[in-house]
Amino acid sequence: MNAATAIDNDVTWQPLCRTADLVAHSGVAAWLETADGPAQVALFFLPAADRSASTPSKLDDRPHEIYAVDNHDPFSGANVIARGIVGDIGGEPVIASPLYKQHFRLGDGRCVEKPEVGLRCWPVKLDGDRVMIAA
Amino acid sequence: MNKQRLIVIGNGMVGHHLVEQLIAHNATEHYEIVVFGEERHRAYDRVHLSEYFGGRDAQSLAMCDADFYAANGVELRLHEAIARIDRDANRVVSDQGSYAYDRLVLATGSYPFVPPIPGGDRANCLVYRTLDDLDAIRAAAVNANTGVVVGGGLLGLEAANALRGLDLDTAVVEFAPRLMPMQVDTEGGELLREKIEDLGVQVLTGRATREIVDGEASFHRMVFQDDKVLETDLIVFSAGIRPRDALARDCRLEVGERGGVVIDDKCLTSDPAILAIGEVALWNDSIFGLVAPGYQMAKVALATLTEGEETFRGADMSTKLKLMGVDVGAIGDAHGDRSPGARMFRYLDEIKQQYRKLVVSSDGKKLLGAMLVGDNGYYDTLMQYYSNGLELPADPASLILPGSDGVPTLGPDALPESASICSCHNVTKGAICASIDAGAGDLGAVKADTKASTGCGGCAALLKNVVDSELEARGVEVDQSICEHFAHTRQALYSIVRVEGIRTFSELIGKHGQGLGCDICKPAVASILASCFNEPITDAAHVPLQDTNDTFMANMQKNGTYSVVPRVPGGEITPDKLIVLGRVGEKYGLYTKVTGGQRIDLFGARLEDLPSIWGELLDAGFETGHAYAKSLRTVKSCVGSTWCRYGVADSVGMAIQLENRYKGLRSPHKLKLAVSGCTRECAEAQSKDVGVIATENGWNLYVCGNGGMRPRHAELFATDLDDATLVKYIDRFLMFYVRTADRLQRTSVWRENLEGGLDYLKAVVIDDSLGLGAELEAQMRTVIDNYECEWAGALSDPDKLKRFRSFVNDRRPDPDIIVTEERGQLRPA
Ligand SMILES: Cc1cc2nc3c(=O)[nH]c(=O)nc-3n(C[C@H](O)[C@H](O)[C@H](O)COP(=O)(O)OP(=O)(O)OC[C@H]3O[C@@H](n4cnc5c(N)ncnc54)[C@H](O)[C@@H]3O)c2cc1C
Ligand code: SF4
Repeated sequence: MNAATAIDNDVTWQPLCRTADLVAHSGVAAWLETADGPAQVALFFLPAADRSASTPSKLDDRPHEIYAVDNHDPFSGANVIARGIVGDIGGEPVIASPLYKQHFRLGDGRCVEKPEVGLRCWPVKLDGDRVMIAA
Repeated sequence: MNKQRLIVIGNGMVGHHLVEQLIAHNATEHYEIVVFGEERHRAYDRVHLSEYFGGRDAQSLAMCDADFYAANGVELRLHEAIARIDRDANRVVSDQGSYAYDRLVLATGSYPFVPPIPGGDRANCLVYRTLDDLDAIRAAAVNANTGVVVGGGLLGLEAANALRGLDLDTAVVEFAPRLMPMQVDTEGGELLREKIEDLGVQVLTGRATREIVDGEASFHRMVFQDDKVLETDLIVFSAGIRPRDALARDCRLEVGERGGVVIDDKCLTSDPAILAIGEVALWNDSIFGLVAPGYQMAKVALATLTEGEETFRGADMSTKLKLMGVDVGAIGDAHGDRSPGARMFRYLDEIKQQYRKLVVSSDGKKLLGAMLVGDNGYYDTLMQYYSNGLELPADPASLILPGSDGVPTLGPDALPESASICSCHNVTKGAICASIDAGAGDLGAVKADTKASTGCGGCAALLKNVVDSELEARGVEVDQSICEHFAHTRQALYSIVRVEGIRTFSELIGKHGQGLGCDICKPAVASILASCFNEPITDAAHVPLQDTNDTFMANMQKNGTYSVVPRVPGGEITPDKLIVLGRVGEKYGLYTKVTGGQRIDLFGARLEDLPSIWGELLDAGFETGHAYAKSLRTVKSCVGSTWCRYGVADSVGMAIQLENRYKGLRSPHKLKLAVSGCTRECAEAQSKDVGVIATENGWNLYVCGNGGMRPRHAELFATDLDDATLVKYIDRFLMFYVRTADRLQRTSVWRENLEGGLDYLKAVVIDDSLGLGAELEAQMRTVIDNYECEWAGALSDPDKLKRFRSFVNDRRPDPDIIVTEERGQLRPA
């Protein structure tokens, strides 16, 4: 087990990468060791709205949000989810697959167009300059 | 309340339609309705009768549920023919009783005409009109090997196809010298014959049958006027239809010389208590042998019976059909024999078996009729010209020549009520308006209500235009939003960005939108920002907006790897540079292919290899080719006067100049240009968004062409231009497109939707009618001045390079990218 692993509310958190690795409003991919073997996760970072901006966003009250889902795209079979476009459908954050453009809800991984298909999701949080994941 | 009694004689398509309308308009409150049908079956879809042999049964062809009449309080008396009308007593009489009426409607349709040939009444001499007729044909076919249809018209060919489907050796015998004499001329008839003979049906034209007697090898022997004979087991007569007007004749209602119950514009017969509708009715000396005019009459009859205003004003008999898989279309005066002074254009292709004819007015301005055999793709456009009386293009022949582009730009307002919008479900613009008036508030509701655009879907764009324009006309705000995050069109967002000088997506969505954005609005806004300010798309504020292709400046392929395409302006490349491409391909294991745009595509690059691949390419003097972007792709060229003995100008030089000028111009969709050195057009400039062709006197400019899924020939825009004027026009043209087009709208579609069409475009670009010329040029100047190779920018910025790691926490490559070898190169396994 990783030395930096901490226990918190019965969830085991482990560090995944640095916050500097994240790209605001977009995704990056990372390797994660799980009990079932290595997995590719796609990390999406939606920073809180910049309150100093001259033009306040209408999503002003939103805190930082970070999501981790499968990088593997079940429709194309390619590992590309991290390279899609982040957006929202009716206020729910989604990621659009860059190949065939299906949308997956970042909250629970469900595919909007085909709800029987989904991506795995992992809890993630920011801890100082580290991104922690529960696996 | 004392209801009047309304009796309808005939439960065919039109009679049923009337009852349906009466019920829908609550006329049952005033009328007690009784319907008599001679057939055993309640009303069924006679138009699709032949499908009875193709697997549909009476139930599925029926026009309504079995209990529809009863449930709505209408008495339906099937299998009971009316034998007599007693006008003095206001009664109708059948063999089962006599019934009083206050109003009476004749909807008795027609019967198949059987020519008075001796022996024509033998057993196994049948007709093709009702379900019972088809049962009889099917029964007779069981013991038959051969069948003959007498009559080579529309219904005859349909019957012949049915016999073929019953595994009979089939022949068609036509009295006229050609098939479908009503719809086509000699050439068309010949072509049709060829096509139908190809299907294994024998065609005998110019044959009059003298008598039918016992056959030797088959059941019948047909003896023709010229003593030739034909033996067959089964005969179907399809020699035309006659109105079933006997009831009317017997009670001395006025009938036409050649049959048909005379009606006025209100569908009233000579007795105002009695109406006639459908194929039995004669209006203005015409019988209408199609179902649509019958339905119109039913609507008029409804109005007449309920004190409405509607009148019958005739109907267009243009038809488009597929007979035995063969397209046949006839519009208006297809023969040109009803229009003195008419002129014709004919096109005959004996290889593809296509024939088209245009009948135009003597001044060449109006389409009077048209005839199509082999390809009905031309029908809709011609129909619009015909039914709307549009002025024809200068060269009307272009409307029937293959590959030519004659599709007129029609604003939805210009279409009349009768214009057919959805041909699958036969929905007119009028029906769409009616549906909107009845409460359908958006496209979805109109579709559900009218079924429009739920067939092949080919009319989707036209339907949307019509619905939008009708809703707007009714003061309904039409939702033109680009997506749920912006209540604006792309064009509106464009103006906002320019007027307010907005430079980032977050500012735009903060001020004018909501939410986070999505994969529709983000790339669209990125493109708008780029075409206004041309800041690098790799800047932090723009990165999250881009499609993966723009983000990584390469084209993602199906296995998640990318293809790399450096710019090769005009397709001109030195041997040294070719060698570099070869070396890079070899080193990184890339599959190489020459593209249609005259450059070289390197496939299979891993994300993490992209920076080093580009490093090597930039060192050798290459630039990004923007193959990943909605922007200028290539300017294709032929070698032109430099090498070619026909060339009249340096097409390569001009292509390179144009490519370097417009490279990096972000646009609503990709842009392709080409330059040819002479009119032989080896660069295929007329299939491009902008095409340039050299002439003795300068450059000819073509615009808005397209290859791909919906090919469109470019249109000649200006001729004999010098270099400077050429560039000026292209600057203005492209910027005007960038400003006004929809998201992902190629110039061809933009042009087709442009109100005012090519003339308007010429006015804006050439005559500067909007006074925008200088502004458009200045904006193009900004884009050109701010151009920088995105790959060069990215490679010099470590922050931007971080983006090209496959994984942020590990250098392991993606193990799921697996390749295999084929024809000496690698491809995805
Ligand atoms: C094979 C075939 C294909 C066709 N294809 C097309 C096509 O592609 N497009 C098109 O527009 N049209 C087509 N038509 C023509 C179309 O079917 C007719 O225009 C339409 O059916 C006319 O409707 P109607 O109600 O006037 O007559 P009908 O549908 O013929 O109905 C008349 C009814 O009245 C009954 N009747 C008659 N006399 C009496 C009486 N005395 N008492 C009680 N009942 C009586 C008849 O039995 C019949 O059921 C086709 C027709 C056929 C046969
Ligand atoms: S278009 Fe003319 S100049 Fe160009 S290659 Fe063809 S023939 Fe030669």
